[in-house]
Amino acid sequence: MTVDNLYNWLMGFFPGITESPILLIIAILVPCLALFLFIALYALVAIYGELKVSSFMQDRVGPMGQGVGLHAGKWGLLQPVADALKLLTKEDLIPEKADKTLFIMAPFMIFIGAFIAFVAIPFGETLIIADLNIGIFYLLAVGSLAVIALILAGWSSNNKWSLYGGMRSAAQIISYEIPAGVSIVIVIMLTGTLNMQDIIKYQDGGLFNWIIFANPFTFIAFFIYFISGIAETNRTPFDIPEAESEIVGGFHTEYSGMRFAFFFLSEYANMFVVSGIASTGFLGGWQSPISGYFNTPSWGVFWMLSKIMFLVFVMMWFRWTFPRLRVDQLMNVCWKVFLPIGLLNIFGVGIWTLIFG
Amino acid sequence: MVLNIGPQHPSTHGVLRLQVKTDGEIISEIKPFIGYLHRCFEKHCENVTYEQVIPFTDRCDYLASMANNFGYVVAMEELMEIKVPERVEYIRVIMAELQRIASHLLALGTFGLDVGAFTPFLYMFRDRERILDMFEMTCGARLLYNYMWVGGLSHDLPIGFVESAFRFLDYFEPKIEEYNNILTYNKIFIERTADVGVMPADVAISYGVSGPNLRGSGVKWDIRKDEPYSIYDRFDFDVPVGIGEKGNLGDCWDRFNVRLTEMGESIKILRQALTQIPKNGDVHQTIPKKIRPPKGSIYKRTETPRGDLGFYIISDGSPIPNRLKMRSPAFTALSVLDEIGRGWMLSDVIAILGSLDIVLGEIDR
Repeated sequence: MTVDNLYNWLMGFFPGITESPILLIIAILVPCLALFLFIALYALVAIYGELKVSSFMQDRVGPMGQGVGLHAGKWGLLQPVADALKLLTKEDLIPEKADKTLFIMAPFMIFIGAFIAFVAIPFGETLIIADLNIGIFYLLAVGSLAVIALILAGWSSNNKWSLYGGMRSAAQIISYEIPAGVSIVIVIMLTGTLNMQDIIKYQDGGLFNWIIFANPFTFIAFFIYFISGIAETNRTPFDIPEAESEIVGGFHTEYSGMRFAFFFLSEYANMFVVSGIASTGFLGGWQSPISGYFNTPSWGVFWMLSKIMFLVFVMMWFRWTFPRLRVDQLMNVCWKVFLPIGLLNIFGVGIWTLIFG
Repeated sequence: MVLNIGPQHPSTHGVLRLQVKTDGEIISEIKPFIGYLHRCFEKHCENVTYEQVIPFTDRCDYLASMANNFGYVVAMEELMEIKVPERVEYIRVIMAELQRIASHLLALGTFGLDVGAFTPFLYMFRDRERILDMFEMTCGARLLYNYMWVGGLSHDLPIGFVESAFRFLDYFEPKIEEYNNILTYNKIFIERTADVGVMPADVAISYGVSGPNLRGSGVKWDIRKDEPYSIYDRFDFDVPVGIGEKGNLGDCWDRFNVRLTEMGESIKILRQALTQIPKNGDVHQTIPKKIRPPKGSIYKRTETPRGDLGFYIISDGSPIPNRLKMRSPAFTALSVLDEIGRGWMLSDVIAILGSLDIVLGEIDR
């Protein structure tokens, strides 16, 4: 459901006011509202998932409802709702010495960065809010908005730990943009387009037509992209900007209540976006893994969501398994391992296409 | 920039404040400030009877209370020349070794937490829980036991303790492999700990570092072997030392691995002790009615999970100690932090602090 379709449909409904911008605004607002609800719902599911994934990995049961009265529902299903309510009703503290304007701005900025990225993620052949002709480029661009917000948060808190977090996140996210971008270049090289839908359509025809299996280089590129994506979302083992045991939460040390919830929400939203790009670029997006079967639009939504949720699950799996890297080791991995391999990959894909393509 | 790590910080293992001078991420100076947990124990001891000192020893190193009890009662028994029954000696060794496993589990778990691995921490707490259950079964307490008394024990072993201890050992022995898989040989963990915070043997000795930290630097020194107290000379066990397997000798990884291997050695001791323990015997038999040691003084050290814990007791012949001084292994371990932590990054200092396994209760007393 693109904005254009909705706009045309509305124009057909109210033919008298075609010149008015109201219809366009409605056509933009309606999908965005739906998207907002979707992100909220996804965040609840993801938080519940994280609670349960972590507890199963750690030999515990996680949140479980028990007894009567106020409790977290059957199997703790209401736990994320309870968490959200708690964050909403918590006192909103702003440190006295903080730079108030920037302090208030930062959570919104990070959330906007995560939110507008959703616009270009295709959930089906027609189910995309804005089918941009530079979709993947747009996603990479808005993905780097987060870093500004994190630096703002770190700086404006007027706290040494937050400053450390902000500085670390700046170094980390900017560095990892590069291997991620280099891996995406490979997708663009093969498909010859920046449009998300066209990239998916290129991977038509079952599992082995997906770009990840196109040649050995793309296989490596997928992993480079995915690991860089984890680094960009500040998840373990790359969670050094918030490293709880070192710099006590980093950039969000001073945030509480709903403002903290925005950082939290956008972390999960970013995980979704990174997984969305990975599954679009390498795993065939909404295409079915079996050629010719389960290829209806509703199955498309299912495939896309299940691919994304699987990758989100892998991120959670990493988080509850690995220790954290040190900041210089993180940089080493990026500049000395991923970037050279990524550049070689581009070369390799070029040669491969020349010979076998 | 001067940065205050603590006293409220997740990784200071208690209420410790480190004032560090930083240049970006690099730390150029570490100044530990202690005393936030000072409870005047040594002064308290000069005003209570000898029996009443034991609960204070519990509260010093609250993660290894049994071992602290053990050190005190061994010193007192030597001062008073009491020979305790065989069964008491065995039970004491069993408790001390179980406590060593429990304490090491906590040390390793929180070290993992310091470098960002959350899951091993919970695995280790899961297993530590079973040891605490056994302690609870024995003396009703889970953290501060007041179990070993001068000349005996507060309770005999409950019925079925030996069986449940064997069950625990059978359960626990394979778990060490699990820890190795999830943490010890994890690539990221090795990156974070190998070659970090190298403590050469001569530095360790000159600072008086002891226990697993000293053995991590390759010095084979264990009071249980070198100055056997109680009945430790009867058991067959090795003293694991660091060999610099993943980096330089005496790095964080070596200290970690020494603790992990030591748990295996404790299992060995436990199996022997649980098999050899005399079936019957009164644990209250040799408890003196009145504890009035003769005039004189004693210094006795024992091997707690953290190193050489020494008790210096001066008696003037009254039922109240004239002076009681503890030589704390964690204190010396903390004092070496500046020496080995300087020049490393902020994250490394946290890792080094974790690898030294300090307990603030024992440092501040």
